[in-house]
Amino acid sequence: MSGEVPLWEVFIRPRNGLAHKHVGSLHATDEVMALQAARDVYTRRGEGNSIWVVASSAITASDPDQAGENFEPGEKIYRHPTFYEIPDEVGHM
Amino acid sequence: MYSQGLIGADGRSEETPEFLAAFQARVDAETKIEPNDDMPEGYRRTLVRQIGQHAHSEIVGMLPEGNWITRAPSLRRKAALLAKVQDEGGHGLYLYSAAETLGVTRKQMTEELLDGRAKYSSIFNYPTLSWADIGIIGWLVDGAAIMNQIPLCRCSYGPYARAMIRVCKEESFHQRQGYEIVMKLAQGTAEQKAMVQDALNRWWWPSIMMFGPHDADSQHSDQSMAWKIKRFTNDELRQKFIDATVPQAEYLDLTLPDPDLKWNEEKGGYDHGPIDWDEFWRVVKGFGPMAKDRVKARKKAWDDGEWVREAALAHAEKRKARAQAAPMAAE
Amino acid sequence: MALFDALLELADDHLVLGHRVSEWCGYAPMLEEDLAMPNMALDVIGTARSLYDYAGKVEGTGRDEDDLAYLRGEREYRNLLLVERPNEDFAHTMLRQLYFAAFMHPYWTAALTSQDETIQGIAGKAVKEMAYHIRHAGEWVVRLGDGTEESARRMADAVQSLSIYVGELFEEGAAEEVDVLPSRAAVRDEWLATVQRVFDEAGLTFEDSKFPQTGGRSGIHGEGLGHMLAEMQSVHRAHPGATW
Repeated sequence: MSGEVPLWEVFIRPRNGLAHKHVGSLHATDEVMALQAARDVYTRRGEGNSIWVVASSAITASDPDQAGENFEPGEKIYRHPTFYEIPDEVGHM
Repeated sequence: MYSQGLIGADGRSEETPEFLAAFQARVDAETKIEPNDDMPEGYRRTLVRQIGQHAHSEIVGMLPEGNWITRAPSLRRKAALLAKVQDEGGHGLYLYSAAETLGVTRKQMTEELLDGRAKYSSIFNYPTLSWADIGIIGWLVDGAAIMNQIPLCRCSYGPYARAMIRVCKEESFHQRQGYEIVMKLAQGTAEQKAMVQDALNRWWWPSIMMFGPHDADSQHSDQSMAWKIKRFTNDELRQKFIDATVPQAEYLDLTLPDPDLKWNEEKGGYDHGPIDWDEFWRVVKGFGPMAKDRVKARKKAWDDGEWVREAALAHAEKRKARAQAAPMAAE
Repeated sequence: MALFDALLELADDHLVLGHRVSEWCGYAPMLEEDLAMPNMALDVIGTARSLYDYAGKVEGTGRDEDDLAYLRGEREYRNLLLVERPNEDFAHTMLRQLYFAAFMHPYWTAALTSQDETIQGIAGKAVKEMAYHIRHAGEWVVRLGDGTEESARRMADAVQSLSIYVGELFEEGAAEEVDVLPSRAAVRDEWLATVQRVFDEAGLTFEDSKFPQTGGRSGIHGEGLGHMLAEMQSVHRAHPGATW
């Protein structure tokens, strides 16, 4: 076959109230097939009640080489509740 | 779901010692490696090969069991077997996806399987000759696979570990399904009993060979252990499997075809007789009884499906074009 | 015994179709379809089991689902000719599935209001499954009808070769004598509407056959069914009285 069947990422919501979570990928020629394949591949045991499929090529990911500058900035401890001193007598806050 | 010790892996790396040491430190700290992370080329290559072999094993493994779907002797067994073989396909799919995160496509891997470059678990190159084989495969082959796979859920490569968690969850019914079949046969008519003993005689040795060569002869084990792709050695897993299986056979009054099999009080495990490694390597190298037929069957399915895949791709293109043209026409 | 006969007709339809679809497991055109096909096979085999089980109870002589599935020969099978047709290629298989599901969906929908609670229960599960089969098979019929020259030709061939088996779907059988099961003839319009909708999108033309084939309900089958049953029943029949 000349063409490669595109790759899709599958997200499933296990039940109402929860977010869709990435569960894996599959190949499908279009979004209709991708949804159907996701149902057959990833929900054989009642894993969820809603499916999202996204073409893998549509995902933009952060660069792991930039993980330092992205995710390890200088500690801004004043963003955390424990930074502030409140007397015990005030009660839970 | 099946996996066998990696055959012929090449884990050599050419990166600087500092890079390798830093990578090793991450692995030692049990930090999972994720798709876009820097990794030694040898690590990537080893994984692509191992995950690919694992995926191929699932896909080829559909054939020997699929051989009995249409002949399953009760509707309950038919449904269970169909669901099981379907699961194997799913496991292959999860694994191909995991390998694809390393920069190889499913199409490439499929082509390697079909032109004979890629290996798969050699256990599937034996024929399934009676209904009892389906029970024995579930009990022994899936049982051996589970021994291999549970530690893979903690593999250092994130996508592989995640795929394996999913696989292991689904796999849990497979072995029980097999043992139940075996149990019914062992407790059945004289003919059924003979059928299941015959199947056990044929599958026992290939099953314990699934763990791969002895540690002393397994060249690539050390690097895979260091990288935490592998967590236990071939012999450790084989021993665990035998120790778990012997009492299960005794319970059914079935005889494992190894006269040297006996309890060793000192090591707290069973000793077994010598494994026929000539047979092992012969089958690994592609001279198993069903090797040619298995690849031929996969190739035929792939070739016969080509017009379908092409049509689906063509339809997707046309649909996209129509969707783009539609708003313009409306203006 | 009219209810027993009627249940057998339905059960045989489902089991025979399930057998055919299960033959694809491991041989589908893409891995994703290797998972979809067993799902469809399991749906219809599951329905067959419920129907055989109920038929056995209605008969009251102690026959269970396996006795009914494995110990009747081809002259005793009452399935439609459509469902026993060989898989041929993916186009034939998907069209056969569409035809069957487009028929069973309105049929089971009508059965939801049956006075018989067991039938109601079976219909409740089956109606959802058939809706999915219509969608799955329908989408493939569209893809193949619209896709390439080759796929369109194969799809048209399938329409041509299966058209003679359509009429039998709506034939009055044992079920018509039973007031707890719907009329087959009455679902024809909805069947045609479903198929027409898919065909329009697929660029296919549906034409009723002038010379429809029939006989399945009286046990007059094509030659393929005997081979299918010989295979299906071989292990079971080789060990009379054994449990599995």
